[in-house]
Amino acid sequence: MTVYNDDTANDVSVRTPSRLDPETPEKPYLDSNELIINMGPQHPATHGVLRVILKLDGEKVLGTECIIGYLHRGVEKIAENRTYTMFNPYVDRMDYVAAVSNGLGYCEAVEKLMNVEAPPRAKYIRVILTELNRIASHQLWLGTHALDIGAMTPLFYTFRDREEILKIFEKYCGARLTTHAFRIGGCQYETYAGFEKDVKNFLTFVAPKIDEYEELLTTNRIWLERTKNVGVISAADAIALGVTGPVLRASGVKWDLRKAQPYAAYSDFEFDIPIGENGDTYDRYLVRMAEMRQSLRIIEQAVNKIPEGPIMGKVPKVIKPPVGEIYHSIEAPKGELGYFIVSDGSTQPYRLRVRPPSFVNLQALDIMVRGLLVADVIAVIGTIDIVLGEVDR
Amino acid sequence: MAEEVKSPAPPPPEGENKPTAEKPVAAPPAAAAPPAAPPKPAAPAKPAGPVPLPWTSPLVEKYRSQYGSALDAQTYLGQNYLSVDRSLIPDILRLLRDEEQFDYCVDITAVHYPKREKQFDVVWILYSFPRNERMRVKTQIADGASIASSVSIWATANWLEREVYDMFGIQFDGHPDMKRILLPDGWKGHPLRKDYGILQQDKEWVQINLGIESGQ
Repeated sequence: MTVYNDDTANDVSVRTPSRLDPETPEKPYLDSNELIINMGPQHPATHGVLRVILKLDGEKVLGTECIIGYLHRGVEKIAENRTYTMFNPYVDRMDYVAAVSNGLGYCEAVEKLMNVEAPPRAKYIRVILTELNRIASHQLWLGTHALDIGAMTPLFYTFRDREEILKIFEKYCGARLTTHAFRIGGCQYETYAGFEKDVKNFLTFVAPKIDEYEELLTTNRIWLERTKNVGVISAADAIALGVTGPVLRASGVKWDLRKAQPYAAYSDFEFDIPIGENGDTYDRYLVRMAEMRQSLRIIEQAVNKIPEGPIMGKVPKVIKPPVGEIYHSIEAPKGELGYFIVSDGSTQPYRLRVRPPSFVNLQALDIMVRGLLVADVIAVIGTIDIVLGEVDR
Repeated sequence: MAEEVKSPAPPPPEGENKPTAEKPVAAPPAAAAPPAAPPKPAAPAKPAGPVPLPWTSPLVEKYRSQYGSALDAQTYLGQNYLSVDRSLIPDILRLLRDEEQFDYCVDITAVHYPKREKQFDVVWILYSFPRNERMRVKTQIADGASIASSVSIWATANWLEREVYDMFGIQFDGHPDMKRILLPDGWKGHPLRKDYGILQQDKEWVQINLGIESGQ
C-alpha cells in the first residue's frame, strides 16, 4: 500500500473529472495527493484476477483504474490457428459459468456465415440448455454477490440449486461447466431418456427456491442499505459506455437481443423483459431475479413443445465457410456476446473477434463507484457480474 | 442484421459481383501469396457462396451524395457495411450517431492483411436502439498510420480502442489513455498481427519479470 499525503488538495471537483467528458483531461494518479491503494488481483471479492487501483479521499472513492489481462490466453489468436470445429471448445473457456451461451453464439455465427440453419429440434434443445445456463449463471452471481456484501446464506442455497442444473448438463453431454454442448449445424447429442422429465422437475423444484432467495434478501434491511442507490448508472451513460445485459435493463432500457433480434427459437416463446428504474445495485438484483423467472417460463414452453426431428443440419464434414464476414450476437447472461468472423474461404477463421459483455460492462465500474465508499466498490464489482475469463480472453 | 437474411441465396455469378480489394483472397493466413491487387476468382468454383451486394438505403444515398466515391456501401448476408476513406473517420461516425441514431458502439476491432498496401481494416460495429438496426463501418489504414479516436463519440470506445492498439499496434489520435490493456505495458509486439506467431512471446519481458526462460 502506498500512501500519499497532502492536506492542501481538497477540491474534489477538480480531482474527479468525469471520464465521460472529453474536455477534461485525465490526471495521472501519482501527481495528486490522495490515498492510492491497490485492490487485487488476488482478492476474493474481485471475482477472479481483477486488479483495481483505487484513488481515495479517506474512504471515499475518487476514481479507479482497472488493470486486467491476468487471464489473457489469446483466444482470438488461437482461433486463427484452429479450424472452426477445433475452436468450438475454446469458447467455453471464456465465460466459464455460462459456457453454453458462448457455444450458442459461436455456432450460430458460423452457421450464419455458412448460410445453414440448425433444425428446429436442435434450436429448442439449444434454448432449453441456454436458459438453464442463464439461471445457473445468475445463481452463481447471486451467491457470490451476496457473499461479498456479507450475506452468506444465499451462497449455499444457490450452489445447492445450481447443482441440479449442472446435473442435467452432465447427463446431457458429460460435462458440467465447459459443456461444449453444441456443434456447428445443430447439436451432437440427442437428449437422453428422461431429459424432459428432468427439466420439468427442475422447473417445479427451482421456482420456490427463487422465492426463497428473495425472501432472504429483497426486503432485508441490511441488503437494502447496501444496495439501494449504490453504483447508479443512468440509461444515457450506460448506452454511451456500451453496457448491455441486466445492467442496461436495470437502468430502464427495455432491450434484450432475444426480443430485439431473435435468434435460435426465441421468437416462438412468450416472455417479458424485466427492467429497473434507478439503475442501482438493488435494481440490478431485482432484474436478475425476474430474469430467472422469465427463463423458467421460456424453458417450460420449450420443453412442452419440443419438436421431433433431426438434431443436426446439413453441414459438410469439413467446415469451410465462403469468403466473407459476419457479426452475430446473442443475449448472454451478462450482456451482448458477439462474434465477428472474417473468413478467407479456408477451414480456419481468418480473424475471429469476440465482443465480450463482461469486458465492456467492466468499463462502467469507474463512473459507477465514484463518490462511494470502498465497501461499495465490492458491491458494484459484484453487481456488474463479470467473469474474468471473458474479460481477458 | 436489420433485414432478414435472404433466404434463397442468389445464385452467384462467376467471380465477385463487386470485387473489393479488401477481401482476403483465398489463401491460408500465413502462406506467402503475390501482392493481392487484382481480385482473383474464387479458386474452386463449386460452392461459391453469397456475394456482397450493393447496399441501397436512404442513409447511403444521403452520405453518398455528400462524400461521393470516398464511401462504398455493401450488404452481405443481410448485414450492411460502409467502407469509407480514412479521412472521413471521425466525421462520419459522429454523423451516424447524431443524425442516424446509431447510439451504441458495439465493438471496435481490426483485421490484418499483411499483403495489402494498407495493411489494416479497422471495423466499427454499430447498433441503433431506436431503429433496431446494425451496421458496420470499415476503413483501411497503413501500418504505422494512426486513426482518429471515437472516444468523444462513444465512451465505450476507450477500452475497445486500447485493445485494438494492444493487439494490432494501431494508434488512435486523441485517445485519452492510449496504452496497452490486456498485455503488460512493457510487452513488445502486437499479437494479433499475422506476422506474430502463435507461440511467439516477448522472451525478454518474460525473463525479466517472471524470472523464467519461457512462459510456455
